[in-house]
Amino acid sequence: MSDLFEYTLRLGDDALIAAQRTAEWIAAAPQLEEDVALGNIGLDQLGQARSLLQYAGQVEGVGRSEDDLAYFRNERDFRNLQLCELPSGDFAHTIARLLYFATYQHLLYEELRMSSDETLAGVAGKAVKEVAYHVDHATQWVLRLGDGTEESHRRMQSGLDAMWPYTAEMFASDDLVRRLAGIAVDPSTFADEWSRRITQVIDESTCSRPESSYQHDGGRDGRHTEHLGYLLAELQHVARSHPGATW
Amino acid sequence: MSDLVTLFVGMALWCHIWAMLAGMDSFQATIDADGRIEPRDAMPEGYRKTLIRQIAQHAHSEIIGMQPEANWISRAPSLRRKAILMAKVQDEAGHGLYLYAAAETLGVDRADLLDRLHSGKQKYSSIFNYPTLTWADIGAIGWLVDGAAIVNQVPLCRCSYGPYARAMVRVCKEESFHQRQGFEILYTLCNGTPGQKAMAQDALDRWWWPSLMMFGPPDAASTHSEQSMAWGIKRHSNDELRQRFVDMTVPQADVLGLRVPDDGLLYDEETGRYSFSEPDYEELYQVVKGNGPCNQQRLANRVKAHEDGAWVREAAAAYAEKQELKKEESAA
Amino acid sequence: MIEPLWEVFIRSRRGLSHTHVGSLHAPDATMALRNARDVYTRRQEGVSIWVVRAADITASSPDEKDEFFDPAGDKVYRHPTFYQVPEGVDHL
Repeated sequence: MSDLFEYTLRLGDDALIAAQRTAEWIAAAPQLEEDVALGNIGLDQLGQARSLLQYAGQVEGVGRSEDDLAYFRNERDFRNLQLCELPSGDFAHTIARLLYFATYQHLLYEELRMSSDETLAGVAGKAVKEVAYHVDHATQWVLRLGDGTEESHRRMQSGLDAMWPYTAEMFASDDLVRRLAGIAVDPSTFADEWSRRITQVIDESTCSRPESSYQHDGGRDGRHTEHLGYLLAELQHVARSHPGATW
Repeated sequence: MSDLVTLFVGMALWCHIWAMLAGMDSFQATIDADGRIEPRDAMPEGYRKTLIRQIAQHAHSEIIGMQPEANWISRAPSLRRKAILMAKVQDEAGHGLYLYAAAETLGVDRADLLDRLHSGKQKYSSIFNYPTLTWADIGAIGWLVDGAAIVNQVPLCRCSYGPYARAMVRVCKEESFHQRQGFEILYTLCNGTPGQKAMAQDALDRWWWPSLMMFGPPDAASTHSEQSMAWGIKRHSNDELRQRFVDMTVPQADVLGLRVPDDGLLYDEETGRYSFSEPDYEELYQVVKGNGPCNQQRLANRVKAHEDGAWVREAAAAYAEKQELKKEESAA
Repeated sequence: MIEPLWEVFIRSRRGLSHTHVGSLHAPDATMALRNARDVYTRRQEGVSIWVVRAADITASSPDEKDEFFDPAGDKVYRHPTFYQVPEGVDHL
């Protein structure tokens, strides 16, 4: 498996699994305007996933399409962050995850625009504007929930805390990104900036930044939470029930 | 003194009635000239009430209608289909929103209309009380249900009430892709594996009759129709629109290679129209009464989303209030 | 609790003025602007958005439409078609 294929899968799987979770809110959001807003965010994430998985297939060079990669790989082959696959929880949990993840994606894509790989740079150039809006959306809600009512403050804090043990995984550097120097972005380089940005939002929201805690990892090696299996079962079942079919 | 008061009150009342009558005159004149009534114009109470009911139920249908399709977003069999379906369901939320806004120009509040939906006082289109059992149902909904909706909605773009007509122009423009994507799903299935084609036929078998019933009861049994036509809210009768839909749809089924599940279907060479069997309206009445396969589920999901979101809406309002206060304090 | 209603105006492209497109609910102006972006520009309908609290709009009343608008009706001399231009005069 080539490094570039593996790296592109990481980014593509993050976006795909995030989109699948975001889409769960369509028809279930706190108000109609939010159904539409989360719909836009989910569509952005899914668009990124498609571009990245399609490119991963090209890089791999054995003729796998975006759908082959999305629908016909098993749990252990997925390379996404565990953060993306966690259940959506209540609205505050969803917003906490969006703040953490979109801020990470924003910093990543900003750098990736300078990648020597033209396709990755191109995808990043488009995606960076999208995720900037996701960061803004998450920020607006963290402020409102954190500094809204007592109940919303409690829920926002609980969302921020619950997602926190899955954040360090985003910044783990490894041999693969080092081998891809110039092409890939080493996420450890923007960990501090990420921390600064989310701390600013959390402080302003009157919530507290979660204390450092045990941090989970394994997603990049295909070791996931139990939740991913169910998510994939749902995502893949129609496609797998009709092998060889086109849709 | 009291005589004077009586006189004044009497005069004021008279002036008011006179102004109203003058307003009604211009209302009827506007309707007769095929003009548009705008929010602050004088209008008969019945016209206002009919519109509120119709627009609200239309809006309710859009947002309840999200559920049978959202049901398949997570399982869409390709990423392209997933994106299309997400965009479509999202559009429906937008359409609900446009329509609630149109209803609000008549002096009702969206929160009240939602309460009326949640308490069962106002209905939504019965079609959404049928289940989406397979992926092909997503195709059938786009092709048949959106197809029927378009036939219903296009004349509404010329509805006499301006805000409703304008909302419908926007809705129709955006929905033009909805029907096509549905047809495309079925077309792909019909040209796919035998299993896929069977799935498509099964979907047509289940959705055909409910779709015909989307146009409402037969003209002879339709209670509101006549007045709505006189007011320019409705432009064509239920049966007229149903006929138009059948004439439009049957040739498309032929292209798909699917069989319309009606033994009575017959093409009349002379008129160029199809005659077809009468749908089972008893079923429609049962579904309207709440006995369709998904009535309880759809409403329960809707109420749950609303109740689960209450703390979020409260938080946003509380935050806005705090910010206002801060602004006032810093200005003082 | 009732969220305020906002009227949305969109400039569809540079060079055109903002046009009313509809309304929506939002707790405050910041969210109203974002909701407007999500709801009313999903198909690249705009390059700029205004939101105005519906309650802040002062509107003319239909009852006054005669005195408001009729007086303009007889001032035909405001329109270029009112004037006769002799033959042979161009660019006027």
